[in-house]
Amino acid sequence: MTKRQTETLVGAFVLLGILAIVFLALKAANLVSFSFDATYPLQARFDNVGGLKTNAPVKSAGVTVGRIASITFDNKSFRGLVTMNIDRHYEFPADSSLKILTAGILGDNYVGIDPGGDEKNLQPGDTITLTQSAVVLEDLIGKLLYSKAAEAPAAKPGADAK
Amino acid sequence: MIAADVSAAVGRRVLTWVALLGHATIFFADLLRRIPESLRRFGLTVTQVHAIGNRSVVIIAASGATVGLVLALQGYITLSRYGSSEQLGLLVALALLRELGPVLTALLFAGRAGTSLTAEIGLMKAGEQLAAMEMMAIDPRVRVLVPRLIAGVISMPLLAAIFSAVGVLASYFIGVGLIGIDSGSFWSAMQNGVDVFKDLGNGVIKSIVFGIASTFVAVYIGYESQATPEGVALATTRTVVVSSLSVLLLDFILTALMFSTR
Repeated sequence: MTKRQTETLVGAFVLLGILAIVFLALKAANLVSFSFDATYPLQARFDNVGGLKTNAPVKSAGVTVGRIASITFDNKSFRGLVTMNIDRHYEFPADSSLKILTAGILGDNYVGIDPGGDEKNLQPGDTITLTQSAVVLEDLIGKLLYSKAAEAPAAKPGADAK
Repeated sequence: MIAADVSAAVGRRVLTWVALLGHATIFFADLLRRIPESLRRFGLTVTQVHAIGNRSVVIIAASGATVGLVLALQGYITLSRYGSSEQLGLLVALALLRELGPVLTALLFAGRAGTSLTAEIGLMKAGEQLAAMEMMAIDPRVRVLVPRLIAGVISMPLLAAIFSAVGVLASYFIGVGLIGIDSGSFWSAMQNGVDVFKDLGNGVIKSIVFGIASTFVAVYIGYESQATPEGVALATTRTVVVSSLSVLLLDFILTALMFSTR
């Protein structure tokens, strides 16, 4: 085999390999929706962050506008301090509120932004004060049992009076 | 008395093994030092990429296709039990990109390319070609060993990518073509769950590490083999065993480092 033929075949092999990597990156992975856009940070404190994880999406109207950067414990206010990176293309009013929602019924937690009505927008590094914590299953069950227990004694005096 | 003999024998075995590890490490550093000199004759590396990489594409692609088919069939059986059969694409892509692509390619590479490297170098040594080169003041490590090492490191990630890509396509044909999963949800479930850097990037890093390990093992065992036909045969089988075991061990270490749930 001549040197020219060998070089052509090797070039074809390398090209095939690179094509395979590009195919995997575009079709199999999320390179298409990956953006290298700049982001700006926002902070918020929650009573209970629930199952929120780093890198969870921040969505507004169901569209991903950012990602959670870090979740730490604020020892002064005894609440969870969440830092998130929001895409620079999107700005939110200064009185926007945050909710921790669940994707599906038993899915992963994510943060939803409800825009407010303020004329001024949130600046990088601002802290959002209006927050609603995650729904904790145990608290829900506790509330349900408590309300059932409250109903039962209320029925009893009515039965005794008969 | 017997206990003392046994422990002495075990101790000697362990020390021999540790000395061998040290010798191999020094040899590896020696080869690394000779890379710039070898790259000046890039044609040698190109010839080796053809011998190692091109010639392996057929077996890698065929194995990738069959592994993709099997993953799709097996995965569908389990996923459909929980009503999550649209996640089949995600299952196959994650399994291939993170683990099966790099590891199976490395094992097949060790079997096909590794044995041919060891046998070739061992026969060169047995035929006194390496000694003849040294007599002409040509460094056999620069002309023979380093091009093969570089070729192995270049070929391995490309082969692993071809394996994974063919596997994903094969699972598409089974899942969407044969079983009847929706094509749109097949690809979108995959794209939503597979991260370019964490999954594909880590898989590429793994395949580069496996390429270095298995190619070096093949080259080293060939160079250090006994210059007889039996010595070459023994070296060839030893290459397959040692490179397979080291690939699996490195896979465990790398997976623990990369995919640990922190």
